[in-house]
Amino acid sequence: MNTKYIDIQCVEQTFKTRKGNFPALRDIHLTVAKGEFVALIGHSGCGKSTLLNLIAGLTTPTSGVLLCADKEIAGPGPERAVVFQNHSLLPWLTCFENIYLAVERVFSGTESKAQLKQRTHDALALVGLTAAAQKRPGEISGGMKQRVGIARALSMEPKVLLMDEPFGALDALTRAKLQDELLEIVAKTNATVVMVTHDVDEAVLLSDKIVMMTNGPAATIGEVLNVELPRPRNRVALADDPQYQHYRKAVIDFLYTRQAHVEKAA
Amino acid sequence: MVAAVFHSPLEAPAAGPSTSATPKTMNVPAVPPVAATSVPKKPARDLRGFWLVVVPPLLGLALLVLIWHLIASSSGSGIPKPAETWAQAVQVFSDPFYRNGPNDQGVGWNVLASLQRVAIGFGMAALVGIPAGFAIGRSVFLSRMFNPLISLLRPVSPLAWLPIGLLVFKGANPAAIWTIFICSIWPMVINTAVGVQRVPQDYMNVARVLNLSEWKIFTRILFPAVLPYLLTGVRLAVGTAWLVIVAAEMLTGGVGIGFWVWDEWNNLNVSSIIIAIFVIGIVGLLLEFALIKLASLFTFEEVKA
Repeated sequence: MNTKYIDIQCVEQTFKTRKGNFPALRDIHLTVAKGEFVALIGHSGCGKSTLLNLIAGLTTPTSGVLLCADKEIAGPGPERAVVFQNHSLLPWLTCFENIYLAVERVFSGTESKAQLKQRTHDALALVGLTAAAQKRPGEISGGMKQRVGIARALSMEPKVLLMDEPFGALDALTRAKLQDELLEIVAKTNATVVMVTHDVDEAVLLSDKIVMMTNGPAATIGEVLNVELPRPRNRVALADDPQYQHYRKAVIDFLYTRQAHVEKAA
Repeated sequence: MVAAVFHSPLEAPAAGPSTSATPKTMNVPAVPPVAATSVPKKPARDLRGFWLVVVPPLLGLALLVLIWHLIASSSGSGIPKPAETWAQAVQVFSDPFYRNGPNDQGVGWNVLASLQRVAIGFGMAALVGIPAGFAIGRSVFLSRMFNPLISLLRPVSPLAWLPIGLLVFKGANPAAIWTIFICSIWPMVINTAVGVQRVPQDYMNVARVLNLSEWKIFTRILFPAVLPYLLTGVRLAVGTAWLVIVAAEMLTGGVGIGFWVWDEWNNLNVSSIIIAIFVIGIVGLLLEFALIKLASLFTFEEVKA
């Protein structure tokens, strides 16, 4: 049962547009085990984010079923926290208040105000932003905002952490730093993570399973690669690791040889 | 696709200050180096600032007075010269709060009476218009229901509503207030509704993922996100209200700056009319300025973009 913590069966997603129906996803079958880190990778427009939004419950599939912990995903909820690509912090609230809003929603029924505040401080400390608690999102850097977004998601103690290209808009150095932080946090919390990315190294470094998607329209899962690199992983040591190179090569091969026609098609 | 809304670059707000700073230094290349190089030269820079900031508006004002003077000097225009008007203004403002019966009161009382009408009419418009704007913005059904009505009624000249007000309320003062109400409600309804419709989908997604209650959505997301739009609506509404009150008071009579203009016209006291024009302009300017200040307090960097 644990191997099918998230169970996606035969999911199809069609969008209604002015030009008629646009088939985004078809025939998606995917299972995610508890505590597993799964990366969704593919060219832009292949429906990675669409699939993530389906798991989040922000959209409902045209046909097919999505289960989480044996229950159908009927809508969004705090047990499936989302880290949005552009952080989506509320600019009029401080970092502390942004996280507190989430903490309050999930735990206010069972915990005292002091405990809620403690949880918020813990979440900020987890991403190393205790000092920025009273700052507004407009006053901190892009990397810090993304960390607050991650802290907000983690503070809800979600069963599943969904990340939509969380580091996509960051520079390479900040991205590497946050990836390392994420590895540590995931190791600490043993979270189940589904992450959308188009960065091959990010996918291989972070995940247990890489789900490679074919090009849209009507995209589906082309191949699933199990990454069996031992944890904890170190990016410097892995750079020369033949096994790491092998996984990397497999993903690049899929993206650029077998699914390379995306530009021509467009 | 759904993901399309997530694609605004993260760096945009962070890069904001630096990019906005660059053009500033490029626009006035000469000033900052002078200031930076040596402290003793500071008076020179201040003088330059004086030339750039204080002199142009004064020149503009001088040009206005000059044209006014030329027109007034030409025979048969009947317009008093600036100097005469100034003398009259000194006299008028030496005792702005006198009362010689209902039709002869100081300019201060007249302005206050107009402001009171604007405040009541505008306040009621805000009480009705802002909640209506939220409802119309939040519900597609209500928006489709009321948008044609708003489009139909909004372009109507406010003065066309005055007879309706006189008929229904049987009094000049409530009719004037009614006119203010009906003309200042539209900018607030429309701006609030547009603001609600433009709340970034990301914020609403956050609300959905967190499963926030409607009340929390309103207080933590909707209201702060809409506030800049709302305040723009308020600003437009106050501007319109102040425009309309003068015209409405000319028709209704009583006390008020508009009535005062008409009364002075009947007395053929043209310099008082010119004084009134300045008073109306300055009060409108102050109202506008106060609301811009208020709006800037509630506008966050990322909302403006």
